[in-house]
Amino acid sequence: MSTVKLTVNGKGVSADLEDRTLLVHLLRDHFNLTGTHVGCDTSQCGACVVHIDGRAVKSCTVLVGQANGVNVTTIEGISKGDELHPMQAAFRDNHGLQCGYCTPGMIMSAIDIVHRHSGQLDEDTVRHELEGNICRCTGYHNIVKSVLDAAGRMKVAQAAE
Amino acid sequence: MYETTYHRPSSVAEATALFASGSEPKYLAGGHTLIPVMKQRLASPSDVIDLGRIKELVGIEVSADALTIKAATTYFDIMQSADVKKAIPAIGHLTSVLGDPQVRHRGTIGGSIANNDPAADYPAAVLALGATVKTDKRSIAADDFFKGLFTTALADGEIITQIVFPIPAKAAYAKMRHPASRFALTGVFVARTKAGDVRVAATGASQNGVMRIPAIEAALKANWSPGALDSVKISADGLLTDIHGSSAYRANLIKVMAQRAIAEAG
Repeated sequence: MSTVKLTVNGKGVSADLEDRTLLVHLLRDHFNLTGTHVGCDTSQCGACVVHIDGRAVKSCTVLVGQANGVNVTTIEGISKGDELHPMQAAFRDNHGLQCGYCTPGMIMSAIDIVHRHSGQLDEDTVRHELEGNICRCTGYHNIVKSVLDAAGRMKVAQAAE
Repeated sequence: MYETTYHRPSSVAEATALFASGSEPKYLAGGHTLIPVMKQRLASPSDVIDLGRIKELVGIEVSADALTIKAATTYFDIMQSADVKKAIPAIGHLTSVLGDPQVRHRGTIGGSIANNDPAADYPAAVLALGATVKTDKRSIAADDFFKGLFTTALADGEIITQIVFPIPAKAAYAKMRHPASRFALTGVFVARTKAGDVRVAATGASQNGVMRIPAIEAALKANWSPGALDSVKISADGLLTDIHGSSAYRANLIKVMAQRAIAEAG
């Protein structure tokens, strides 16, 4: 057992856990942040993607010890109250989801993609960059549309700040 | 996953001391091989010693003759590095076709090489470029480092600290990716040294892991062009056969990937 302290969605939190606990289980089972999903548990599907210190990672493949002291952002931490993050809004407007299971991971990955490319994205780049996220409804077309739409919205939002 | 004890040392010396005191310890770098294997209960280390936060193991340096990448540098940082792009762009390209963005944020070059997965990409670059693997104890030439499937010259508890790549005159990497796993069905790294020597290494192809391809090296030394390989025959003996491809298919892939790499290297 170890005490793990980290920041989750801007709040300092801590928990006493077995060292074998995975970050995704800490988020879901201890903090009730169940927006982060477990799809495959084998680092392939991307449903569990969160940001650690600003970088998209698969939280099913991170031990809680590795997350000690880091800054985690989950799907619950990106909206401002009732105002959706531009990426969430773009997914809604473009029907970027069907069953919705992959959606939190898609959105967290997509925000990371837009940040890394400074909003300069084309369809090929988005499709290539989404290779770590699987949508088993195969709804990729609208997901790609959503990401491209959001890249523009995020630029506008950033310029306004 | 079985129970384990996690440690986060802040220096190489502390890490080796922890290793020496554990009953069945394992080093962890990015964790994207070890943690999945632990989840499958195929590995059950008593102690997991995290090398990912040791500052002396992270960074990239370049001189006139060599590119040095420290062992716990992530794939993402290697891919983004202006020094890597300038000194050996083929390493940047190799990194960009490895795994997916989330894996690249966590995985490290030292972890990849120490694990020596038979379909991993970095071993091909290390071998073809004739790099030197430096550890906390010694320097190991690439030709002496890789010893077969998941096996290296590393002794128990030995830690890779950095990899020193001589800067080549020309180099390129071409890979046929498995569409789901992103591992190399076969990948070929070609390099021509500044002295005119040619070294070629293939990953994903052999039952013994990464290997040099002497027939292709000889043909390219005489004539550095894709056409020089037209008449080269690659034997399927000792190559992998699995559900993804036969040994004969992989033998052909070695040649085709080498030709693509040469075309890319120019």
